Amino acid sequence: MAESTPPAGVTLRGVGKTFGDVTAVHPLDLTVPQGSFFALLGASGCGKTTTLRMIAGLERPTTGRVLLGERDVTALPPHKRPVNTVFQSYALFPHLDVSENVAFGLRRRGLKSVTKQVTEVLELVELGHLARRRPSQLSGGQQQRVALARAIVNRPEVLLLDEPLGALDLKLRRQMQLELKRIQTEVGITFVHVTHDQEEAMTMADTIAVMNAGRVEQLGAPAELYENPRSAFVANFLGQSNLIEAGISGTDGDDILLSVGDAKLTLPKSRTHAASTATGGTVLAGIRPEKITMTPRAAEADIPGGRNRLTGTVVDASFTGVSTQYVVKSPACPELAVFAQNAERERLAPGADVVLHWDPAHTFGLDGREDIDAGTGEDAV
Amino acid sequence: MTAVAAPAPDVPPPARRRGLTPYWLLLPAVLWLAVFFVAPLFYQASTSVQSGSIEKGFEVTWSWSNYTDALGEHGWHFVRSFAYAATATALCLAIAYPLAYLIAFRAGRWRNLLLVAVIAPFFTSFLIRTLAWKTILSDSGPLVSALNSLHFLDVTGALGLTTGDRVLATPLAVVCGLTYNFLPFMILPLYTSLERINPALLEAARDLYATPATTFRKVTFPLSLPGVVAGTLLTFIPASGDYINAQLLGSPGEQMVGNAIQKQFLNVQDYPTAAAMSFVLMAAILIIVTVYLRKAGTEEVV
Repeated sequence: MAESTPPAGVTLRGVGKTFGDVTAVHPLDLTVPQGSFFALLGASGCGKTTTLRMIAGLERPTTGRVLLGERDVTALPPHKRPVNTVFQSYALFPHLDVSENVAFGLRRRGLKSVTKQVTEVLELVELGHLARRRPSQLSGGQQQRVALARAIVNRPEVLLLDEPLGALDLKLRRQMQLELKRIQTEVGITFVHVTHDQEEAMTMADTIAVMNAGRVEQLGAPAELYENPRSAFVANFLGQSNLIEAGISGTDGDDILLSVGDAKLTLPKSRTHAASTATGGTVLAGIRPEKITMTPRAAEADIPGGRNRLTGTVVDASFTGVSTQYVVKSPACPELAVFAQNAERERLAPGADVVLHWDPAHTFGLDGREDIDAGTGEDAV
Repeated sequence: MTAVAAPAPDVPPPARRRGLTPYWLLLPAVLWLAVFFVAPLFYQASTSVQSGSIEKGFEVTWSWSNYTDALGEHGWHFVRSFAYAATATALCLAIAYPLAYLIAFRAGRWRNLLLVAVIAPFFTSFLIRTLAWKTILSDSGPLVSALNSLHFLDVTGALGLTTGDRVLATPLAVVCGLTYNFLPFMILPLYTSLERINPALLEAARDLYATPATTFRKVTFPLSLPGVVAGTLLTFIPASGDYINAQLLGSPGEQMVGNAIQKQFLNVQDYPTAAAMSFVLMAAILIIVTVYLRKAGTEEVV
């Protein structure tokens, strides 16, 4: 990374973990900038929770070092690390009331008077009126906020969140996402958030590391990951992608020229992440469904020049309110997804012959040997 | 008018039958308890206020002096019983807690085997197991010799638990027997309550700066309190009334209230005093347990 990067909150150097013969996390290097909201995104079993637990000290890495700021904490037990965790199951102490749960960490550090801090943090999560309740008397969302308060009251250097919103219903989850983001901005602590929900990760995080099978596939800002994925897994796991197998027929300045059956496509070189782009090879040309414009075949003449075009037939149209999601069968690709905003335009019925076209600058290229279906299996909720 | 009312009478009978089913299912238990618990209880209660002799027969004379006799002549038996039972309960707790903790959290695939091992002694008769302790603690046996050469018996002797070079026929032997015999009743409830603790809670405590010792003190132990309470009751109550251990492992000097009641019934044949002693024992246990439960406050624990 460049020299101007902010100081590191958490640094993992070659950190890996094996359980017996199973490699949960391949040695990985990761730097989480101080004060940022960092998300580890991946399907279940990809090693993201293990990575988090290694930062917390609940799991000892098989290889590598864990640094908090400049300090090597690899050998420190969890109670000596200035790190707190919001557990997936919340793990609230059932025998203590809300305020004693929140005060637990403060008391362990020998603070005598904890009332002020506890009151403040309960105000922050808007639970001041429930301080004397037992966890079992709270709703899921309230328990979640107690778990959060119990962690941030200690002002840790790093706050770890292990799928903290997984147990909440959709509406509450959306609300808590914004709440978490607000609290993170307010307290300025480095948040490392583990989730399998790509939308959640994109909503909240400054930086996302997409993990797959114990490796980090790609790391970057949400928009960058979405617009310019470097692997089929990222392209499919983050949102939805159309991946088209294409042959390389040549180059034209900064663009690579592709041919798919009769169609010709243009792909910017800068957005191509293939090992080889030699003429005669293959790449996967990717395009997000919402970037595609669909025009009836009869109106083909109206399409401006210089755009990538594919012909096809609408096989399915599902109306989702804001948009209509089409599935288009094309010689280039058996199933192309197209999202069209429902703004004034009349909708196309299945069976319609259409031309799909998009700005070549939105195309991204992936290595031709990649698995087209990687990352589609367990779609995020 | 008539047409509308017609279907109604068909409905109630099946509902009424279903309503009675629970009572029919309860009947065996109620009958059993009535015949073998409630009736003898009343019979004993009446016996405890009778006077007379085995030759002339006993009559209800409301002679409350049976109770004062029971306490006056056998007060020491009560004190000794509760002291032995309390010591055995404390020892059971000290031995059982680490074991139950190990089985619940650390045993992994050995868990079931260990649980079977805990229950295994029940495959042999209570009496035979206690008799076996007689051999284990015999005067010239390897254990007593070893304890003697380690000067352990000097310590227990100074505490008044043993006399001379013997273990058998001393308070120590009786307490050991009680501890051994009631240990499973402590381990099992402890295991059950420890096993129910969500391991994430222990991780959360460690994450919140608690050392392993503090985690135990502030999280594990409070959450295992229901098991501690159940285990101590299951140990203390039967141990207080036990007479086999004192009979087989003790001398007349270690007789517990159970032995005294047995002797009063079968040897002295003074049924009223024996019945009064039984009632005093029951009342005393009830009071001790009530006070204990008030102190331990089980409703507070989830």
